[in-house]
Amino acid sequence: MAQIQATTTEPAIATPPQARADSHQQHPIKLYLLVWGLLFVFSVGSYMVDYLALQGMLRWSLIIILMLLKAGLIIAVFMHMAWERLALVYAILTPPLLVLAFAVTMAFESRYTEWMRLFFFGGN
Amino acid sequence: MSDHAAISPHSEDVTRQGGRRGFLADWSSDQRAFKSASWKKAMIWVFLLSDTFIFGCFLLSYMTARMSTTVPWPNPAEIFALEIGGQSIPLILIAIMTFVLISSSGTMAMAVNFAYRQDRRRTTALLLATAFFGALFVSMQAFEWTNLITEGVRPWGNPWGAAQFGASFFLITGFHGTHVTIGVIFLLVTARKVWRGDFDTGRKGSLTGRPGTYENVEILGLYWHFVDLVWVFIFALFYLW
Repeated sequence: MAQIQATTTEPAIATPPQARADSHQQHPIKLYLLVWGLLFVFSVGSYMVDYLALQGMLRWSLIIILMLLKAGLIIAVFMHMAWERLALVYAILTPPLLVLAFAVTMAFESRYTEWMRLFFFGGN
Repeated sequence: MSDHAAISPHSEDVTRQGGRRGFLADWSSDQRAFKSASWKKAMIWVFLLSDTFIFGCFLLSYMTARMSTTVPWPNPAEIFALEIGGQSIPLILIAIMTFVLISSSGTMAMAVNFAYRQDRRRTTALLLATAFFGALFVSMQAFEWTNLITEGVRPWGNPWGAAQFGASFFLITGFHGTHVTIGVIFLLVTARKVWRGDFDTGRKGSLTGRPGTYENVEILGLYWHFVDLVWVFIFALFYLW
């Protein structure tokens, strides 16, 4: 009697089968290896930007583009965001946009501070 | 048994709409917004979102300091250069650290995969490999800190230029290194649990008092990938800029 009960309750404790089918992420290993390789390539790319001492707009744009490509791959594939429902994707990915708005504000603020330092303190 | 099925939010037999209509339906359904994510996954994502704001504010304060100073900013390419074979190679240590962390993300992603196949041997091995790469990263960071401190970098000044360089550097990399260290500890704990078969036997966790599932590995993976993600931004904005 006790034994029968043990065998019937066991799967429910370990892994509820419904949960496994619904929320668990299972993708081919090949995909992870591909993304891993791409991340290496992009990292080599961003390192080369510094190694070749590229300057100006070319430097900034390459740094930003490679950064965003790497971040996108990590979030989409490694963190499985590409397979989540939009309810979760929007809830997590839209709030960080506020950081961008903050960055713009602080860029104005720091230009102003710099101007004050130059104007009132002669650059000290 | 039947209790469990009734509680389990996954048991609803409904075909759901996708796309924008699905987004609206999910949010207006008055019970559970994240249909595809368990509470564990939703909570780790909310935690990571708050962590995003923390690192976002650190990077913003660094940007503000660097943009507003009238003194030239020290050149990271020269400061983080290493002498190898009599030649000075710019930023080489940071580049190696980047590759180490990316590799750890790769092994972590595969650990999650094998965990869902309940392949305990491979999952344990991959989790230990991830922990090894993480520990390697932190050691290299300790080496880098030692170098800079010996050269006279302090939070209030340095020999090369703007005084805020040290404060930004120690705060940002220090906080990131702390995250990596905590990650390594959790990787080792989870590796032990997987190896012992806790997620098969339903053994209760010592802190949570409830049995874990193989989803724990994915949750840990989300944290670990986030640490890698933050490094992508630090590498681009602090070291390369």
